[in-house]
Amino acid sequence: MIWQAFWAVAQRDLLLAWRRKSEGLSAVFFFVVVAALFPLGIGPEMNVLRNIAPGVLWVGALLSSMLALQRLFEADYRDGTLEQMALSPVAMPLLVGAKMLAHWLVSGLPLVLLAPVLGLQFDLSGDALVTLTLALLLGTPILSLVGGVGAALTLGVRGGGVLLSLLVLPLFVPVLVFGAGAVEAQVSGLGVQAHLSILMAMLLPAVFFGPLASAFALRIALE
Amino acid sequence: MNILRANFWFHYAGPQAFYGLAGRLWPWFAALAAVLGVWGLWLGFMVAPADAQQGEGYRIIFVHVPASWMSMVIYLAMAFWSVLGLTFNTRLSGMMTRALAPTGAMFAFLSLWTGALWGKPMWGTWWVWDARLTSELILFFLYLGYIALTSAIDDQRRGDRAGALIAIVGAINVPIIYFSVKWWNTLHQGASVSLTKSPSMAQVMLWGMLLMALCFWLYTIALVLCRVRTTILQRESHTAWVQAIAQEAA
Amino acid sequence: MLTISNISCVRGHKPLFTPLSFSLQAGQALHLEGDNGVGKTSLLRIICGLSPADSGEVLWNGHALTRQHPEVVEAFRATLCYMGHNLSLKEDLTPIENLLFEAQVAGRSLSHEKGMDALRKMGLNSRAHLPLRVLSQGQKRRTALARLSVTAAKLWVLDEPFVALDAHSLDNLRALLANHVQQGGMLLFTSHQAVELLQTNGHAIEVQPIRLVAA
Repeated sequence: MIWQAFWAVAQRDLLLAWRRKSEGLSAVFFFVVVAALFPLGIGPEMNVLRNIAPGVLWVGALLSSMLALQRLFEADYRDGTLEQMALSPVAMPLLVGAKMLAHWLVSGLPLVLLAPVLGLQFDLSGDALVTLTLALLLGTPILSLVGGVGAALTLGVRGGGVLLSLLVLPLFVPVLVFGAGAVEAQVSGLGVQAHLSILMAMLLPAVFFGPLASAFALRIALE
Repeated sequence: MNILRANFWFHYAGPQAFYGLAGRLWPWFAALAAVLGVWGLWLGFMVAPADAQQGEGYRIIFVHVPASWMSMVIYLAMAFWSVLGLTFNTRLSGMMTRALAPTGAMFAFLSLWTGALWGKPMWGTWWVWDARLTSELILFFLYLGYIALTSAIDDQRRGDRAGALIAIVGAINVPIIYFSVKWWNTLHQGASVSLTKSPSMAQVMLWGMLLMALCFWLYTIALVLCRVRTTILQRESHTAWVQAIAQEAA
Repeated sequence: MLTISNISCVRGHKPLFTPLSFSLQAGQALHLEGDNGVGKTSLLRIICGLSPADSGEVLWNGHALTRQHPEVVEAFRATLCYMGHNLSLKEDLTPIENLLFEAQVAGRSLSHEKGMDALRKMGLNSRAHLPLRVLSQGQKRRTALARLSVTAAKLWVLDEPFVALDAHSLDNLRALLANHVQQGGMLLFTSHQAVELLQTNGHAIEVQPIRLVAA
């Protein structure tokens, strides 16, 4: 019963995202546009671009995730579905976790898959691209999980989108540091083991605490 | 009134009782803060010898370091009150946390500015991305986030609880952020030009900083007590005892 | 059995209604009445546990519904069906999809046949496979009400269930509610329409009024 509820919530969100493809894709296109803006602003000199690539791509992924976060709970809050989840005998953190999973599949996974393609624009080596993909694979779920708390707290609040960014960006800094750091380490020939392990070490508690804190915040928003 | 009994503490958890207590206490804290401040500044700017490498300019650390300490202590205090508030559901906890935030943000800002003022004559740049300063910057953002969130939510109770959660989440993340920024810094900096690495502290320098830290702490307490009193009056304006006070003042 | 003990609700420093106490037993229907703005919806949300009460407590089978008793809260939620002002339906899903997902989220299983049956009873057979946003307001309401005929919940808390329904649907709903109460279920609802609506066409059930008085 419990896991059925989990998969039902995830499936419902995925189905809804499928029926409104434009919403999910817009955040992903944002990533592409941002990644293109930096070279336009800095100049086409390949050496420079290769240096800034890890940072640029990670910041782009971060900003794109933040845009997508606003949609995590908004629709459910407005149409009353969130209330029904709060009233379900199934533990709310579990249902929130399912939403975050669906959200990551729609908004995070495309970034992971796109990043190596964009990385080619910055002349990153094959190994660096692999590292980038792995790092994003570990890092983007953390963004959905931790960012969800911010999304829950700013539900229905004036100035929600910008406020969400202000709340959530400081919390993303460790992911950014180790995520971009992993690619840089790869490029400079140092091992990436440490960086990826630390990302994993941040992911595991986030899987547990993210939905818990978000469910708590959602109940505050529903009061 | 036996201070060991829980009743004593829960009595002062009520806004009216706390209003009275805070009113009696804050002048003492303010006075003590003033005394310690004068003493600390005198030690720092008059008594402590000029540093061998950094000359007179280093004296800014007597403000910079205590301000950094305070910005972190205050955030911890906010997290503490937040945990209390969410556990015991007391109204006062939310008010205390909200009252602490602006002062904490001020100290973080002060720490950043004094860090810059220290850095310029020493290293020639107004800003250095060293671990401490960068973490301080992010702490400043955390404060701003808390203040922005609690100001944006109209319902006071929801604002208190939402703020409490973000304060706790932030507090848990501060060590993680600090660690990651430290890592990032050591990775990128060749020669370590740490603003925080000062040579062996002369006794008197340490004393100066401690006194200033205490001064800031007491100042914070005095200011927070005053702020909470005002907040109590605002929030409880519908109760009889507040209206009696308003009548008296009129 | 649901017991409300001395509940009050404060908005903007003022209590909305005088502290309220009542109880609801199996086979009973209670109608919350009161003027606009007196706090009927707020009270229903407090009873469901969505908002906290400013005083008093809600008891389910004698146990208080607080954080300290999660098993009681879970049992309460398993047997509660709440319908608020918004329909809790997804516009981009079809009625049948809405019903099926909703049941699963609430921890119950619902077969496709049963779901279609419920929609048929509400006259939505031909519309069951269209996205909700192309349905009329009345049809959307009927979809929302269809969940009542497939729920296993014993306690129904309905906020203005009769709104925007045509005569035929009203009849369906009356029958549904009467049947539920007669089978031993509990019903708590608010409505601006006359309560006599429930006592027509042989669906007579006794509805007790609970009046909220502005404080």
